Amino acid sequence: MKNRIVPFLIVIFSIFLFLIFYKGLNKSSLYAPNNEIEKDIPIFSTLTFFDKKEISSKNFFDKDKFYLLNIWASWCVPCREEHPLLIILGQNKKLEVIGLNYKDNSNNAKKFLEEMGNPYKIILLDKDGTKSIEWGAFGVPETFLIYNNKILKKFVGPLNQDSVKIIEKTLK
Amino acid sequence: MKIPKIVIIISIFFYFSPLKADQEKLQNNIAKNLRCLICQGQSVYDSDSQFATSLKLIIKKKIENGLTEDQIYNFLTKKYGEWIMYDPKFNKNTYLLWFLPLLIFFFGGAIVFRKIKK
Repeated sequence: MKNRIVPFLIVIFSIFLFLIFYKGLNKSSLYAPNNEIEKDIPIFSTLTFFDKKEISSKNFFDKDKFYLLNIWASWCVPCREEHPLLIILGQNKKLEVIGLNYKDNSNNAKKFLEEMGNPYKIILLDKDGTKSIEWGAFGVPETFLIYNNKILKKFVGPLNQDSVKIIEKTLK
Repeated sequence: MKIPKIVIIISIFFYFSPLKADQEKLQNNIAKNLRCLICQGQSVYDSDSQFATSLKLIIKKKIENGLTEDQIYNFLTKKYGEWIMYDPKFNKNTYLLWFLPLLIFFFGGAIVFRKIKK
């Protein structure tokens, strides 16, 4: 009887290990951030892009209003790709597009806006990248859909037609 | 003339104070325990990416603001999830991860013990 218990336990243990590896190895090793989030927006203060005035996030995110916070930089190639879509979204009256200029040279950023257009109602500065970390961002470009001081959706990477559809659907 | 010299000596003394060295050590320890989420197999400490550089800066600021190591980990796991930690915390999602090596050790030990006894 005793001799049977050991092989039995070994078989059970092997099955257990197999299941763990089967589940673990099938899982993608690439990190995919959760885009469906309901987190409170961070409270921070920073300078505005054009007039370099100190401003607190409490002062420009009203409740019952949709905001789209876009982290961008003039040196970021995918930002150029998504910019025409931001221009379209900026024309939507239900939505206010806010820019967060990430680790950028001020003159280059101004040239970028002159060339591509300015969809932003207000642009904030993130000179050292720490404000973006407060938002839980990975880099540029990254976009957050905000309502009632909560982040509803997060778009990592450049916006595309699908993300615009998702944003417009949420606004309805 | 003596006063400026004394001021310079005191400032040099404070610049190299053990407090600052401790702070830097803590900052490096935290950065070593964080995964650089946009790099492959690198810690925040090892990486020079934009993300890691900003993260190192925020760790420094949080330490200067008096936050403890645990508070900084909590802040970052709230923003980026448990995945950012190399050393996952002990909670219901990680029981198996922490106990499995122990279980395997005891199971193997029991088999060896039985064999020796025979």
